[in-house]
Amino acid sequence: MTIPDINPGSGRSGAWASTFAWALGRFLLIGAITFLGLLAVTFFIGRVIPIDPAIAIVGDRAPAHVVERVREELGLNLPLYQQFVLYVKGVLQGDFGNSVLTTNPVMADIRRVFPATMELATFGTLIGAVFGIPLGVLAAVKRGSLIDQIVRIIGLIGYSVPIFWLGLLGLLLFYAKLGWTSGPGRIDVVYEYTFTPITGFYLLDAILQNNWDAFRNIFSFIILPASLLGYFSLAYISRMTRSFMLNELEQEYVITARAKGLSETRIIWAHALRNAAVPLVTVIALSYAGLLEGSVLTETVFSWPGLGSYITNSLQNADMNAVLGGTIVIGAVFIAVNLLSDLLYRALDPRTRKR
Amino acid sequence: MFMQRINPKFRLMLSGAALSALVFSSIPALAETPPDTLVEAFAIDDVITLDPAEAFELTMGEINGNTYDKLVRLDVNDPSKIVADLAESWTVSDDGLTYTFKLKQGLKFASGNPLTAEDVAYSFERAIKLDKSPAFILTQFGLKPDNVAEKAKATDPSTFVFTVDQAYAPSFVLNCLTSTVASVVDKKLILEHVVNDDFGNAWMKTAYAGSGPMKIRDWRANEIIVLERNDNYYGEKAPLTRVIYRHVKESAAQRLLLEKGDIDIARNLEPNDLEQVTKNSDITTVSAPKGTIYYFSLNQKNENLAKPEVRQALKYLVDYDAIGEKLIKGIGEIHQTFLPKNILGQLDEKPFKLDVAKAKELLEKAGLKDGFTVTMDVRNNQPVTGIAESVQQSFAQAGVKLEIIPGDGKQTLTKFRARTHDMYIGQWGVDYWDPHSNAETFTSNPDNADTGTNKTLAWRNAWDVPELTKETRQALLERDPEKRATMYQDLQRKVLETSPFVMLFQQIEVAGVRANVKNLKLGPSFDTNYVFNVSK
Repeated sequence: MTIPDINPGSGRSGAWASTFAWALGRFLLIGAITFLGLLAVTFFIGRVIPIDPAIAIVGDRAPAHVVERVREELGLNLPLYQQFVLYVKGVLQGDFGNSVLTTNPVMADIRRVFPATMELATFGTLIGAVFGIPLGVLAAVKRGSLIDQIVRIIGLIGYSVPIFWLGLLGLLLFYAKLGWTSGPGRIDVVYEYTFTPITGFYLLDAILQNNWDAFRNIFSFIILPASLLGYFSLAYISRMTRSFMLNELEQEYVITARAKGLSETRIIWAHALRNAAVPLVTVIALSYAGLLEGSVLTETVFSWPGLGSYITNSLQNADMNAVLGGTIVIGAVFIAVNLLSDLLYRALDPRTRKR
Repeated sequence: MFMQRINPKFRLMLSGAALSALVFSSIPALAETPPDTLVEAFAIDDVITLDPAEAFELTMGEINGNTYDKLVRLDVNDPSKIVADLAESWTVSDDGLTYTFKLKQGLKFASGNPLTAEDVAYSFERAIKLDKSPAFILTQFGLKPDNVAEKAKATDPSTFVFTVDQAYAPSFVLNCLTSTVASVVDKKLILEHVVNDDFGNAWMKTAYAGSGPMKIRDWRANEIIVLERNDNYYGEKAPLTRVIYRHVKESAAQRLLLEKGDIDIARNLEPNDLEQVTKNSDITTVSAPKGTIYYFSLNQKNENLAKPEVRQALKYLVDYDAIGEKLIKGIGEIHQTFLPKNILGQLDEKPFKLDVAKAKELLEKAGLKDGFTVTMDVRNNQPVTGIAESVQQSFAQAGVKLEIIPGDGKQTLTKFRARTHDMYIGQWGVDYWDPHSNAETFTSNPDNADTGTNKTLAWRNAWDVPELTKETRQALLERDPEKRATMYQDLQRKVLETSPFVMLFQQIEVAGVRANVKNLKLGPSFDTNYVFNVSK
């Protein structure tokens, strides 16, 4: 005998919770499979390239017996599939091996470089979303107008101009000529004695230490690269917002709302944007995840010690453990951000709460 | 008009944006660097450890040279000579096996601990037992983990006795003792941080235990290295309170920082940026030739390249002038012998220039009148790619068809070490400031079999030279420095025409320097780029 549900409200939230659990489970499963595929592909590419990993580790000048010893230690004498099994076993135990280049455990290295990238990416995405969404909405509402054209040109430039060039130009203008911002780097050397990094997120660290001078200084450094990344994500976000909004504005509910006499402002910002927000979350999440991979060129131009330059540097030195570790972290970030955006979807779109 | 029509929330956002624009613009332009601090922009991403027993990277060589003392040092004014550092004097026994060093009195580490011969012995023991990359510089004297205590020992607090296994040239032994791996470390301090018999290696990765003119305060990988004056230094105290190395990889960014005065010295300026900064009256440049030589080599397993006339001909088929003027301007100078300038036994002879007629004649003599086809493995970066292309053009003038195989650095190296290349373009930097470092690799090949374990450059090109190998060994054992220098000069002359190495150029290091910086001098090696005597 089943007990009838007395409280419809709780039943609804129960259903919501089960949907949530189902979604989570599905995600974890897909995530695990994706991970394994990612691992396999990266691992085999890393082993197939005609580079001797033992030489990459001990260097060109090492005596022969040392090279042989390292080859054995790494298990490079084993067949490929056994090497792969060993590697996956290590990863499952949280051991990603040591970086050849830095001799640190790969995860320790990534913990060091990732906050710098994340700080920049978060700031950049904030700028991109805060300016990109309104611009996209305006462009859609005033389709064909001057604003629309401007938004399109901004988008076009953001898509086609190489970021390192724009970065150098930004430095030349805002740092060298106008002196509005600081140059390459994260913090001025004069704060070396008053500021100590704790979390690796410098803005946050400055707040934690109540060091507002340092905060202002860090801000003056981060604002230029963050604006640059922000600009690129703005270009993407505004274009997508525009097309989502155009789609929504043609819907019948907009006509209904107009017929009901709602103000245009309310129709645009409260109704149409609300509906466009659902796919927009995915767009923003993907652009954020993209920035979290680290932008090698931006990091190089602005001397930003982030994940992008770490992985590139490792790749150039055939440091496969670091490359694999970095790939896994990026993969995890992508999957996590996707999961988050999917959950946000559910919060934003009431239809997904019912089955 | 449009402000009135948009939502109040959006208006708020716009004013927020305007406000933040105001905030950015109110940040003042930064002043110049503090007067007691030297700030350098430098690509420091090669640093992986601060431990002198392990570090073998160029940047760390420089940091170590400023922060650690050794028994002896290179004379920066004449790097083919040795001067005393921690040692006050030294003697070599008549049989050439025992070196006795008397230390200066009252030496102290930066920590305040007294520096005695005990610390010197511990430093040697530590380097040998840790057995990291640079340890071979000491193990080549017969030091092993089980005999180091006997062969490198303190007989009293101010006497250190070092015993080598053969009667080497004293200049060779002393030159090796100037290298980073022979740095004297603070035994008492390190013993406080030993974990699992690691000789403090884990702690020393990021810590400092030396006695040099500067001390290392902080290192954050790919970000910053901070040096401070060591007030316990035995010699003249550094005029500046601190020296800061900022990691800036991009040449254009370094130039902006330098022009703006946010740094005092830019270390990685590329030719075009260098040209621009020289036009600025606030900036000067300083340069020095370094111990790295670029060459391309001819594998003797290739039957065409094995002919002596072909080896000779190819040396006349390189447009040295064009390479010197265009491709390596400001970063190198044409050099054709295997020892770099400023090292004992250097020989500055440049017999080769582009001479197509002579090359054709030689090729005809070798029975290759119509030329031949050959490949070259080239790392895909500059300046080697440009040089390879230049060589391709000049080779073609005599009918030699060169195919360039581009590859990643580690990839071409793997092939080179397996001796499966035809030609390979690369560079060789001296491991320690002694002619043997290069002579050993360019002119000795103890076992030319494929199974040979001593993979010298001669071996990698299958150049079987038992006679030269013997001569190289003899030069190593010549105790009179003058005679020894002459032997290396003879050796270089002898292989100029016949060796399978086409020497191209010696690297030059250049720095852009603000005009208020005084006494900056780049040394001949990377560990003699001294900053401790710089003032502003």
